[in-house]
Amino acid sequence: MRPSQFYNGNPPEPNPRMTVPQYVTTGAVFDEDIVRKADAIIARYPQSRSALLPMLHLVQSVEGFVSRDGIAFCAERLGLSEAETSAVATFYTMYKRRPCGEHLVSVCTNTLCAALGGDAIYAALSQKLGVGHEQTAGEPGAPGSVTLEHAECLAACDLGPVLQVDYEYYDNQTVDSASEIVDALQRGEVPTPTRGAPPAGFRAAELQLAGFFDEPGQDFAAAVDAPSAAPETLRGAQLAADRGWTAPAMPEQPPAFPALPEKK
Amino acid sequence: MTGQLDPLTPVLTRSWLSPRSWTLKTYEELGGYTALRTALTAQPEQVVELVKAAGLRGRGGAGFPTGLKWSFLPPLADKPRYLVINGDEGEPGTCKDIPLMMADPHLLIEGCIITSYAIRSKFCAIYIRGEVLHVIRRVQAAVREAYAKGYLGKNILGSGFDLDIVVHAGAGAYICGEETALLDSLEGRRGQPRLKPPFPAVAGLYACPTVVNNIETIASVPSIVSGGVDWYRSIGTDKSPGTKIFSLSGHVTRPGQYEAPMGTTLRQLLELAGGMKDGIPLKFWTPGGSSTPLFGAGDIDVPLSFDDVAAAGSMLGTTALMLFNETVSVPWAVMKWAEFYKHESCGKCTPCREGTFWMTGILRRIVSGQGTMEDIQTLDDAAYNIFGRAFCALGDGAATSVSSALKLFRSEFVDLVTGVTPPVIGRREMAGAH
Repeated sequence: MRPSQFYNGNPPEPNPRMTVPQYVTTGAVFDEDIVRKADAIIARYPQSRSALLPMLHLVQSVEGFVSRDGIAFCAERLGLSEAETSAVATFYTMYKRRPCGEHLVSVCTNTLCAALGGDAIYAALSQKLGVGHEQTAGEPGAPGSVTLEHAECLAACDLGPVLQVDYEYYDNQTVDSASEIVDALQRGEVPTPTRGAPPAGFRAAELQLAGFFDEPGQDFAAAVDAPSAAPETLRGAQLAADRGWTAPAMPEQPPAFPALPEKK
Repeated sequence: MTGQLDPLTPVLTRSWLSPRSWTLKTYEELGGYTALRTALTAQPEQVVELVKAAGLRGRGGAGFPTGLKWSFLPPLADKPRYLVINGDEGEPGTCKDIPLMMADPHLLIEGCIITSYAIRSKFCAIYIRGEVLHVIRRVQAAVREAYAKGYLGKNILGSGFDLDIVVHAGAGAYICGEETALLDSLEGRRGQPRLKPPFPAVAGLYACPTVVNNIETIASVPSIVSGGVDWYRSIGTDKSPGTKIFSLSGHVTRPGQYEAPMGTTLRQLLELAGGMKDGIPLKFWTPGGSSTPLFGAGDIDVPLSFDDVAAAGSMLGTTALMLFNETVSVPWAVMKWAEFYKHESCGKCTPCREGTFWMTGILRRIVSGQGTMEDIQTLDDAAYNIFGRAFCALGDGAATSVSSALKLFRSEFVDLVTGVTPPVIGRREMAGAH
């Protein structure tokens, strides 16, 4: 480093705002099953590189985060450089650079949820768990470990304040109800979401995001049938049904299609 | 025209109350996939003309005429064509596509098949934000059912038309709702917007002709095929025909999804939703998400159609009606949105990357009682310098919430700076501060 008038001979203190978490090397081996899955993802698309985002989800399903080895694995399967691959992985919020807890708790703190209590919920959970954003209470990956994060809008504004556990919705939360959810998770229980299937952990969610729903231990049919319609979702439809309101009736037979304009 | 209609007109939401509405069985019992059979009897170009004549406009926020967008594809060449569905719903306040995909995924699939047929695409990708696992599951299940029943795959219903659909999960980036950023993301890259032109119609996915449409837009297509132009245009306004899912959220007695004709006013919707919660008066609201300029309590009679809202100085956006009562500080609300835009700015262009950073810092200072009058001016300047100068609409969205707040509620900023009102937050208590 070039000495300057500010340099006192000691190594400079890293500026915490400027440091970027480095990728961790775990020595993970991605076994035949994962290789087969990666190749199945690649086969879905007209061009192989489109598989990168689902493959990073797949890597997280194995390790609970994206490690340096995960980057190398994706790069190798897709014929990309590790730099190209990590450039993509660092762009997206859902790819975690540090090992995640058994469960990921995401609290919406965007304006509307925050105004309705989301900020208070996040603050309470943060204090209760003794962790901040993207930090884990407990040994990451161990049963009952919980990673906390504040999330941007989760597209459930009519049900705010909302939080998610492993990307399943818990609607209309309060500080108390959110605390109970986290307590249960730490005890190894799985509280029933308002909408979605009971969360089976961050890694299990990531496997589904990679597009795999029929693996041992998964019951896709039951998960699909898990609840989705909150009273808020159905408010308009229910009100219309109660009052007998409908859209204008369609004609008995679909009308003829327009004639094509004459070619010049 | 809306005067003769019922206040609520469920078309997209008509099956939501049905038992297991997400299954193929229910969908078919309610007449599902008949529109597809009808469409397959026409020439693909006739379907394009039909949607053009119906006047369907994009439901993702911009309101661009859908049929026109389809007709921009260059004449068939040796390149394949693609249909990409934008299900990256993440605009603050917007929550219409998520319930639609959960409740009636087959409506979306049928719309995808008809649209793919119309634009002669054999590959369709449905890009859904990653944080909504249950939605992805439901759409995936619907795709499987559609394949099993011969609505997808080779030679669909004996028509000779082939189509494959892939459900693709995003990974947490609001910017991917911008159509060219979405395409880059779908190609396995960082989700950053592309320079336009060329538009996706010419060079989209894999540099091939591509149509990108929103979920609600595509879900509107089957009813247009079944009902026809006159039926569709009997709902809504002349320039914004059809129904729209209005999402009411915030300080309202009964928040939720209300499907009504285009041109319905907030006053009418508020009556249906039981008025403001606890009777505390409305202070400000967004007609279509945080990227649309704020409206005040005096604007509740603006007909919510693309042109009427634009004429009143805002944008219809995604009809995400976020209602805030008098207890909410406008500078605080805008600060929270600014933090969001700063976090979600992709970093590609300077006005947005730097502007959202500085606006957030200034707003935090003002809201925590540390601001100066000069800060208000700087904030105004920053917003002015982002608007229209950013690479994509994210920068514009970040700027308009700030500039519209300064226009409508400037006194609240001044009162915070001059100490007339106490700080809204302490310097350290900023959950969600990135």
